[in-house]
Amino acid sequence: MTVRRVMGIETEYGIVVPGDPSANPMVASGDVVTAYARSRGIRPARASWDYADEAPLRDARGFDMGRGEAHPSQLTDDVEDPTLANVVLTNGARLYVDHAHPEYSSPEVTTPRDVVTWDRAGELVMREAVARLATVPPGVNLYKNNTDGKGASYGTHENYLMSRSTPFASVVRHLVPFFVARQVMCGSGRVGIGTDSRTPGYQVAQRSDFFEVEVGLETTLKRPIVNTRDEPHAVADRYRRLHVIIGDANHADVANLLKVGTTSLVLAMVEADVLADDLAVRRPVPTLHAVSHDPSLRTRLELVDGRRMTAVELLWEYHDRTARFVDERSGGAPDADTAEVLHWWSTVLDRLGRDPMEARREVDWVAKLAVLEGYRERDGLGWGDPRLKAVDLQWSDVRPDRGIAHRLAASGRLEVLVDDAAVARAVTEPPTDTRAWFRGTCLTRFPENVVAASWDSVIFEVPGRRMLQRVPMLEPQRGTEAGIGEVVRGAPDVETLLTALGSAD
Amino acid sequence: MAGQEQVRPQRRDDGPDEGDAPEAATAPAAQTSEIDDILDEIDGVLESNAEEFVRGFVQKGGQ
Repeated sequence: MTVRRVMGIETEYGIVVPGDPSANPMVASGDVVTAYARSRGIRPARASWDYADEAPLRDARGFDMGRGEAHPSQLTDDVEDPTLANVVLTNGARLYVDHAHPEYSSPEVTTPRDVVTWDRAGELVMREAVARLATVPPGVNLYKNNTDGKGASYGTHENYLMSRSTPFASVVRHLVPFFVARQVMCGSGRVGIGTDSRTPGYQVAQRSDFFEVEVGLETTLKRPIVNTRDEPHAVADRYRRLHVIIGDANHADVANLLKVGTTSLVLAMVEADVLADDLAVRRPVPTLHAVSHDPSLRTRLELVDGRRMTAVELLWEYHDRTARFVDERSGGAPDADTAEVLHWWSTVLDRLGRDPMEARREVDWVAKLAVLEGYRERDGLGWGDPRLKAVDLQWSDVRPDRGIAHRLAASGRLEVLVDDAAVARAVTEPPTDTRAWFRGTCLTRFPENVVAASWDSVIFEVPGRRMLQRVPMLEPQRGTEAGIGEVVRGAPDVETLLTALGSAD
Repeated sequence: MAGQEQVRPQRRDDGPDEGDAPEAATAPAAQTSEIDDILDEIDGVLESNAEEFVRGFVQKGGQ
């Protein structure tokens, strides 16, 4: 029993061309990807994306959606414009243009701490692109947030590899109430109530108002609390990739760690089939909104069995079950990653339960609210004041001097779990314990020979061979440094590598 | 890989540690001055024309 599993975060960044709100965001996003690729010597013609195995319309409930029924924005495997930049980085991540945003999809990792590390590496990637583009005014600014406050939202999606044999109905039953409450630990806060901020005020999460249904396949409209996309990028009869679209982009390490760590642990209990049904929440979608709209955290959720409790109390229920389960299965000695998540989980719930403002070093929405309340008090500002909205947006500016969250972290006002040096290394180095190691290392070692890559393949061009060589990687925990490090490091050229891998496998 | 060693300075495996929360015990006056310091710092970098910046921050929807 462990928090460890293959997982990762993909983040679409908000994009602004200063002084030019009508600038084409797709072109600007393409500039971001291209600028970064150039800064690293990656030619976009090389290391492009291999779409062979992408099937975004497959549904976890067991049927395929007809392409005629799909909104064009769901067709991620149709690349209309081949000039759209799309590259794989040496850290194993994917950097590309998704709709009208640059997106960084982190490499697969196995611990919440590594999720935080490689997610923050993505911020440095975007920061580098912004710095490069700034040399030609007006440049481009990027924001790690999830809404413009005017009705548009863009995602921060979590991915969790899980057992195929777990009934999806169980995932839905147990994760819906958990996600309704989870936002109080890891929401990023937002000025304005309603998707278009029509009611002045402050709410806990960026994304919550954009969710309209409990379960579904869509990600861009009628967003569901539990998304059913079933595209495992792995051996399909063994694994499912749970695609979670309800989370916010985080700057606070603790909130980010808790977002993925607590979800992975709850998922482990679902897989082990040890959760009873007694935490189901009535009317989950309106309740999700109500919890987000109440930063006092006093709102009581109504459970199907008639009990009423706050989001913090509901999370304590999940926490206590998890702690008991971990204790039983690990003989009281959980691994360090699991212990760390449990420690922060109880610490943050304690603080939120006493006085939410006590969690301002750990939780984004609380840290942001403390700053905004400071402004309100000092300058007598109402929630509709543009200065408060500006603070909300600039909170997530990726530039270290402009981004308010970065300034808070730099001045010691946010709890930092991963030091800057480790994050800087993760910009170029892949995690060692998943197939991302093979993907990233091949791009470092044999950049001239990697024609394309995807989550589950690397395609090589081998001198003297007419056919391209595709190495499938359908087992996410193979292709690790421990598994094939010697083979990869010992290969002087790609021909030798492929021959050695053929005999090693 | 050598570059991967992890630093866990805040690790407390023996349960919640109130030592992590100096702010909880901080007097209200000190809290106010801490917030004032933050605000002064942010004032120096906040977009000079907040209204125009907010109006110009228009995104197309994503996932």
